[in-house]
Amino acid sequence: MLEHYLSLFIKSIFIENMALAFFLGMCTFLAVSKRVETAVGLGIAVVVVQTITMPVNNLIYNFVLKENGLAWAGLKNVDLTFLGLITYIGVIAAMVQILEMTLDKFFPKLYHALGIFLPLITVNCAILGGSLFMVERNYTFNESIVFGLGSGTGFALAVIALAGIREKMKYSDVPRGLRGLGITFITVGLMAIAFMLFSGIQL
Amino acid sequence: MKKFRSILATPIFNENPIAFQILGICSALAVTSKLETSIVMSLAVIFVLSFSNLAVSLIRNHIPGSIRIIVEMTIIASLVIIADQIIKAFAYDISKQLSVYVGLIITNCIIMGRAEAYALKNPPFQSFLDGIGNGLGYTLVLLVVGFFRELIGSGKLLGYAVLPLNTEGGWYIPNGLFLLPPSAFFLIGLIIWVLRTWKPEQIEED
Repeated sequence: MLEHYLSLFIKSIFIENMALAFFLGMCTFLAVSKRVETAVGLGIAVVVVQTITMPVNNLIYNFVLKENGLAWAGLKNVDLTFLGLITYIGVIAAMVQILEMTLDKFFPKLYHALGIFLPLITVNCAILGGSLFMVERNYTFNESIVFGLGSGTGFALAVIALAGIREKMKYSDVPRGLRGLGITFITVGLMAIAFMLFSGIQL
Repeated sequence: MKKFRSILATPIFNENPIAFQILGICSALAVTSKLETSIVMSLAVIFVLSFSNLAVSLIRNHIPGSIRIIVEMTIIASLVIIADQIIKAFAYDISKQLSVYVGLIITNCIIMGRAEAYALKNPPFQSFLDGIGNGLGYTLVLLVVGFFRELIGSGKLLGYAVLPLNTEGGWYIPNGLFLLPPSAFFLIGLIIWVLRTWKPEQIEED
């Protein structure tokens, strides 16, 4: 059983990396990867939010939205899956807000380190995408915790690695039209190919 | 009239949402392995973007600033659900291929970005046009990337064989790299390069 969770964890970090295999959270991924320091802040925020929202959305899906999910409340044959999207995004926005207030109250240092990234995470597709994958693949509650932690870590790893490369790239001579965004795209493409090497691993 | 035309046309080349504003890239990369999915995705985005801009603009004077994000989110999410249900009803196979990416239109930053940057400050009709214009700019990139990925990767366009494959007795050996996700990064990088060589004022200096 433990082995199953471990392999899911490794798989969600490397093989099914949110940023480099599914291209989720690309906007923040490209915009916030100019410096390693900020990238680390964003990475931590994504890991925390992902690990919290995924199990919460899992519970909501299984006990409210799923077909016959409301059976425990005596309501049979109720199918609310069409409300999925709006519910998940609501949960994510609420969780981000709660997290923000908690951090502000109890861990002001971390709160200031994360700064603007926390609210921005609401519109990070990696978070919503994670919840949608969780529903599509029918993860159980425990699996959703592991998947949340793993996919968040994978995103953090990718964004920090890209920031490191971009910091070094300041010293290279890039053609004028490619400077900034263009060369970043090509770098990410090469990184994605590098990450594809992991897909040969059988777990 | 000229003003309306420029609202519609500027986002297509001069301020392209993907190549210039860096918005909405996630889905642009993931759904473009075929031309068909790119077209359906673009239509869905144009629909959601124009109507969310219209709706946000209509109520822009009544939303308190502190809760505007959640209001915009609700509008966008409702529109995405409509688009998702329509695609599921009329193009089920494609909706399976698009998988989670239709739902991810909600977090597509183009839509939030335009609502925040344009629809909150401008009258409804202009905002609607701005939505269509930005949607078309997004479509342009998606179509170009989808066209090259399907043509080079599998020798087909919209499912019809254009270049006869060597496995079926033709001469074309497909380049499998273009079916894989990383090729989209290279293509968009190249599109940006071409666009910025053509319009040098978009070049970033650092």
